Amino acid sequence: MTLLTTVFAAIIATVVWYKGAPQSEMKVGTLCWMYWGASLMWLVDAIFEYAELGAEYFTPAPVDMLNDFYLGLSVAALGLIIWLVILLLKDPKGVVKAALFKKK
Amino acid sequence: MACFLVPATEAIITTVAAKVIQSKEKEESVKLTLPDGSVQEATRIKFSTKLGWLNKLLWGGSALLAFEHLWHGEVVPFFPFLTAVENGETADMLAEMGSAGVMMAVLVTAVWCGMLAVSSFMEKRAIRDCKLVKEGM
Repeated sequence: MTLLTTVFAAIIATVVWYKGAPQSEMKVGTLCWMYWGASLMWLVDAIFEYAELGAEYFTPAPVDMLNDFYLGLSVAALGLIIWLVILLLKDPKGVVKAALFKKK
Repeated sequence: MACFLVPATEAIITTVAAKVIQSKEKEESVKLTLPDGSVQEATRIKFSTKLGWLNKLLWGGSALLAFEHLWHGEVVPFFPFLTAVENGETADMLAEMGSAGVMMAVLVTAVWCGMLAVSSFMEKRAIRDCKLVKEGM
């Protein structure tokens, strides 16, 4: 479920990035790389788990599924926070700079 | 247990490599003739930029996986930081790093290599198409 949530987050981020490309004022690309990187790593985790559990891997207990979904959403939220911090630090539109050095 | 440490280590190495390559790399530009006949100068994507894609995949993935380990109590914010080391399961942890961790690094790198191949093909096709336009004029 965590893998699935992250893959959906990666797909949505990629669609948003493509819509705004080639300008990258919102730095959505960073979010895409982050989510795709995590998705690939969780895919490996899933393959190893499948090798261990077999078909049982696809029938998780509802509580485990809910917990994994909660983790997936938390991961997506953390990714968004990291992206927001990078966006505000890099400040491609100069909004933060303008707000900090506002003339009286 | 601590599989994310393998791609994180690779990320450190590739970040340093990207910085070194970036300092030595020169911009390579090509002239493209567009279908409307106008000539436009375009720069090829530098290798350091392409290595940056791998860095972002590795850093991003490792960061989010580290959070998952924190969530499951496999990583703790105090020494020795890894629960497996604290519980005397270091051998199991190293075995997992050697299997799942290495596979994660290999898969991410393999996907990046695929991206390099696709981008190289697209660059070549763009140049070839522009040359064909020029020859046809």
